[in-house]
Amino acid sequence: MSGHNESILREPLITGKNITYAQMTDEILLPVENKPNRAWWIGFIVALCGATLWVVAVSYTFWFGIGAWGLNKTVGWAWDITGFVWWVGIGHAGTLISAVLLLFRQNWRNSINRSAEAMTIFAVICAATYVVSHMGRPWLAYWVLPLPNQFGSLWVNFNSPLVWDMFAISTYFSVSLLFWYTGLLPDIATIRDRAAGVRKKVYTILSFGWNGNVKTWQRFEAVSLILAGISTPLVLSVHTIVSMDFATSVIPGWHTTIFPPYFVAGAIFSGFAMVLTLLLVVRKVLGLENYITMFHIESMNKIIILTGSIVGVAYLTEFFIAWYSGSEYEQYAFINRSTGPFWWAYWMMMTCNVISPQLLWFKKIRTNIAATWILSIVVNIGMWFERFVIIVTSLHRDYLPSSWTDFTPTWVDVSVFVGSIGVFFTLFLLFLRVLPSIAIAEVKLLLKSASEQAKKELIEEGHLDKEQVADYVGSLEKFDSVNLEDYAKK
Amino acid sequence: MSNIKYILGSFGDPDEMMHGIDKLQENNIKIHDVYTPMPIHGIEAKLGVKRSRLDIAAFFFGITGTITMLSCVFLATTVDWPINIGGKTHFALPDFIPITFELTILFCAFGLVGSYYASTHLFPGRAPRVMDLRATNDRFIIAIDAKENAEHAKIDELLKGAGALEVKHNERKYISYE
Repeated sequence: MSGHNESILREPLITGKNITYAQMTDEILLPVENKPNRAWWIGFIVALCGATLWVVAVSYTFWFGIGAWGLNKTVGWAWDITGFVWWVGIGHAGTLISAVLLLFRQNWRNSINRSAEAMTIFAVICAATYVVSHMGRPWLAYWVLPLPNQFGSLWVNFNSPLVWDMFAISTYFSVSLLFWYTGLLPDIATIRDRAAGVRKKVYTILSFGWNGNVKTWQRFEAVSLILAGISTPLVLSVHTIVSMDFATSVIPGWHTTIFPPYFVAGAIFSGFAMVLTLLLVVRKVLGLENYITMFHIESMNKIIILTGSIVGVAYLTEFFIAWYSGSEYEQYAFINRSTGPFWWAYWMMMTCNVISPQLLWFKKIRTNIAATWILSIVVNIGMWFERFVIIVTSLHRDYLPSSWTDFTPTWVDVSVFVGSIGVFFTLFLLFLRVLPSIAIAEVKLLLKSASEQAKKELIEEGHLDKEQVADYVGSLEKFDSVNLEDYAKK
Repeated sequence: MSNIKYILGSFGDPDEMMHGIDKLQENNIKIHDVYTPMPIHGIEAKLGVKRSRLDIAAFFFGITGTITMLSCVFLATTVDWPINIGGKTHFALPDFIPITFELTILFCAFGLVGSYYASTHLFPGRAPRVMDLRATNDRFIIAIDAKENAEHAKIDELLKGAGALEVKHNERKYISYE
């Protein structure tokens, strides 16, 4: 396994001195094996209040029907579908990190994939709750399934993107769950073998009897690779199909072929922003600075610049094509977006998604934790507005000027949205308490090749190119978890 | 004859453990299994674990999904309840590509993971067959069947020589059974 050493030019993925395998287990399992600290409790109580608000708002919706929302005859989709697309988009980063980065052999995924995948699962749960509550009669949710029925076996409309979406989201959720849980087995076994009493019993059941022998590990890696291979087109298909919910309609502003790639880029953009929002806090509160390093943060920021710029180009292309197509409805839809009653939403979206992420071109900003965290939240806000702009501004002035109207959310709309954030954080905080937030086994793989201590040993052996070593030491400057004095001596 | 069932060489470093495997094999000592906290690349070749055929299984599960979806949609839209939509063909294949793709992935993933669990005997609640509790934490364990390999002193010596931090003589196969 360490038959060769990693190039000194690559930045370390694990920092810190004299880290051992045992220490890695201890540090990562610290929040799982101990009582939670005050920061966790404060976060959990706030999140639980949000989740309660969600229960109240959704129950209210079920009791009184979706008339409780601010929808009207013209604007039939608003905060609900905005929230749905926002959450599904956020979910995409988890699969991208766990699957696409695995295919590209990006080892930095190893310390962030677990929590990113957990984020995916919880985000898709939040998205699914929107779909179900939007149905109005949620107890009939199974009608979206192609089941033989008593209406003369009248099947679902397989030509409809909404039916495709049901297939896409449910496949995405279950495949992500399988991928995540299979990856968790070795780590659950680690907890099991250190636990006692009831905890041991529970983790024994959850660990499926994992013992880490050669064949199981070898098959495990084969399975991970195949799952990554099939999840990659899956994740692209999911947001493509979500975009077809809009693109196959004949509403100006929706009826565009650019939607699939533009939605996928936007999903990755918002997903990475959410991963940063979560992990910058997690690494601080749980003391995981040595595993989620500045290199990870900078890499994610680079993906945010890339996908944010793709989104920006898509916005401009949409605008150009609206003019170039010569379709007056399309032209009006876009002029109305940027200068009509919802101009503030449009410019909010433009600022947050296109302009402010460009700040990440500056190294000082993308390696600054506070700035990165604020920008990640700005992106989350911007991406919410993007969906709001696409949905509401395209609908509120449709073909018939007599039915033109505005949209105002009710307290239920707002509460369902704020509440879904509470549900998400409640689930995420519970996850941090009961399961390891970093894939222990996968991070251990990096210790002998890609860690700071392994590279330091190589430098001390002294057979390396001096210039390359100087470059490497220079790259360590941005790390907040590296003590540069150790390198100054030589 | 002693009651020792298994001899365990407990290593703190994967490379030393690989060295230990080489040493044992040079002396014709058969290794029962190796337990590690992380995947070790290249070990399967040494221990003669065959290449996984899960990829082939995954392909056939996927194809099953493709065929299932296409035939279900064909039955629903063409045989059971054909609907005339603007005179278009009942079996409008391009419309059904997204869902066919999704079902291919779904069948492939569930079939693959199901076969993996079945072939490595993983299922909820299975009693873990663990020889050393630290094998999931920081130790790399080589297990040798003590009944089959009689020269216990030599095995101990080889393991220690390769860098084993500890050599255990277990009288029970699985210490995880209470």
